Amino acid sequence: MVVTDRAGAPAEGTARGRGPGGPSLRARVLAIAVATAVLATVAVVYTVSAARRAEPADPPSAFGLDRGQLYFRSTREGDGAGRVARVAAAPSADGAAAMNAEADPAPDRRTTGGPACERFYAAGGTALCLRRRPGIPPAAYAVVLDGRLREKRRIALTGIPNRARVSASGRMLSWTMFATGDSYATTSFSTRTSILDTRTGYLIKNMEDIPLTLDGRRYHSPDVNYWGVTFARDDNRFYATVSTKGRTYLVEGDLRRWAARTLRENLECPSLSPDNTRLAFKKRVREGARDPWRLYVLDLRTMREHPVAEQRSVDDQAAWLDDRTLAYALPGNGGKGSDIWTVPADGSGAPALRVAGGSSPAVVR
Amino acid sequence: MYLATTGAAAATSQLTRGRVAGPVLALGTVSLVTDISSEMVTAVLPLYFVLQLGLSPLQFGFLDGLYNGVTALVRLLGGHAADRGGRHKLVAGTGYALSALSRLGLLLAGGGTAGIGAALAADRIGKGVRTAPRDALISLSSPPDELGRAFGVHRAMDTAGALLGPLAAFALLWATADAYDAVFVVSFCVGLLGVLLLVAFVPGRGALGPAAVPAGPRVPLRARITEPLRDAAFRRIMLAAALLGAATIGDSFVYLLLQRQLDFAVRWFPLLPLGTAAVYLLLAVPAGRLGDRIGRRVPFLLGHAALLAAYVLLLTVGDGIVLLAGVLGLVGVFYAATDGVLMALAGPALPAARRASGMALLQTGQALSRLLAAAGFGAAWTLWGSGPALVAAVIVLAAALAGAAALLPRTTERRSSWS
Repeated sequence: MVVTDRAGAPAEGTARGRGPGGPSLRARVLAIAVATAVLATVAVVYTVSAARRAEPADPPSAFGLDRGQLYFRSTREGDGAGRVARVAAAPSADGAAAMNAEADPAPDRRTTGGPACERFYAAGGTALCLRRRPGIPPAAYAVVLDGRLREKRRIALTGIPNRARVSASGRMLSWTMFATGDSYATTSFSTRTSILDTRTGYLIKNMEDIPLTLDGRRYHSPDVNYWGVTFARDDNRFYATVSTKGRTYLVEGDLRRWAARTLRENLECPSLSPDNTRLAFKKRVREGARDPWRLYVLDLRTMREHPVAEQRSVDDQAAWLDDRTLAYALPGNGGKGSDIWTVPADGSGAPALRVAGGSSPAVVR
Repeated sequence: MYLATTGAAAATSQLTRGRVAGPVLALGTVSLVTDISSEMVTAVLPLYFVLQLGLSPLQFGFLDGLYNGVTALVRLLGGHAADRGGRHKLVAGTGYALSALSRLGLLLAGGGTAGIGAALAADRIGKGVRTAPRDALISLSSPPDELGRAFGVHRAMDTAGALLGPLAAFALLWATADAYDAVFVVSFCVGLLGVLLLVAFVPGRGALGPAAVPAGPRVPLRARITEPLRDAAFRRIMLAAALLGAATIGDSFVYLLLQRQLDFAVRWFPLLPLGTAAVYLLLAVPAGRLGDRIGRRVPFLLGHAALLAAYVLLLTVGDGIVLLAGVLGLVGVFYAATDGVLMALAGPALPAARRASGMALLQTGQALSRLLAAAGFGAAWTLWGSGPALVAAVIVLAAALAGAAALLPRTTERRSSWS
């Protein structure tokens, strides 16, 4: 081949000689060297400033768990982003008014400087903080904190933190992780849900093997996945999501008997009301990835469900601020960060912006 | 880079003589640098989406899958544009530049889903556009009997970049405590350097000679894109590649099966592709040279036989270490013996002026048939479970291998009309 012989002559490649009508090899090498130096400088300067930005400004745990406070993970840039903060649980009148002005949320009087967590929940003098360590392979921890937000126990985990819950008494803890490998399986994912009894120290690393009764029959399948556990006041009964064969179910579980049974289909991330009579949950109302969920409340006595006033798709395990009000995170304006919204649990009213730049709401009662 | 491991001393001394053409080394360097840039981002994107932006894995999967279909069409257009007037360098450079700029898009998008979607689309389009012109440039810059080695060198450099990228990204995340923006900025700088290297050191159309610049009347676009199919030898290669592609279950499934059987901690999962890539890196050049010596259809078929052996290992071997090393090694052999080798096989069957279009057609056909195979295997897994699905995969691949052996032309390398 005429063409290739000319360009590919051994040891005399085109790059070695003078390009056709272009600058000499020396000039091109020099230009590339200069460009490399400039680009390397940009990269290094940016990285160093990013590393400096990440250094913690104040020591963690500047405050403890106090009653009447709403704790959350702050996602607001420059305002303790990535760390736990808190505001008074009952919003002051002017604060609530300012909060409803969605376009320009007024600065809330948040106290920042709590521990750094991906997910956070607290109740009854115990806090659960899911934390991540970057690197190869990425690692994560479940950190158990006491009433003054001091570390009591740390459990190494794999995957991406997803849900965290503490029982009302502070005794039972549960968390859910996405398995990291599942970035390969594009539209499905698998989860690992753990349960920790802080009184006995007993840890169930993966609750997948709990004997499950589905629609009245003992059920075995390798693809069962649990997530979003919520505990009842007795620290024994719990509710969770189980998914298998592409369907999701609400399960009711019993820790002492170590058994679970499904109650209802198409129900994810249950959250039990403080009086233990109702479950808030997300229900899939649309197939696909576009706005698939709506927030519902299920009355456990009548087993009737009703949607709440929130029309948007909520992908969160809702938290009860009290027996009447739900709090949940939604993506922020323009998709940046997330905000915490509240809505009445009985289906009345309208959603209200509670904390701009926050996620993982939890009220300590 | 030298064929020291085969033990064929005589052959080795003959094969190691001479070097790879300058443009191939230049393109290899561009690919190495670009792959560092793109794999940096690829490695952190799932984490970025799910953790930093709070997208659900479902949404991420949706965004990710959305653009994979688009690239097939874009690739054909890229190949066609490169062949019109022999503008391989310009078209490939545009693709590289688009991908580099998409990092700035990710940076500027902040958390906006629309902006991220646009940036991802730009990256995929850039990748689709550049691949065929680049492979055409490699094949146009090398003598036909050294194509295997040229592609081997290029793929080895490419894979080296792909190995370095995730390491660089995770090192950056570690050093900056999860500053994803720093990953995007560094990735942009590295990507831009790749574009500059291409501009400075890869020859333009003047160096490719008149044969690469088509003359004569203009033909309608659709006719031009499918024109290479009129050649019987190329048609057979295309059919064989598509047939084998349709019998390939996809790496993610192989890794998932491996993880299931060995039951190691899921956190090591991201390291599995690195094992495969390392073998690919080591064997790409020897496999290419072997193809130059004994014909490219043999390594291409042997590569698929290695994949078949990997499936059989997954079915039969219980021993952990043997299974892990065997499967990763065999999948690495599969890539080393097929990826660049297929381009070396097809190159001589295509006229210089239609080379980019032909390669685009071939790559698109292979990609689409693999997509089909992955979907089919996924369905079989769901219906029958992993074991029976794997047995089916073994049978289908063995049949496809026999079919491809019958289809592949024995001599494409020395066709007098092109050389």
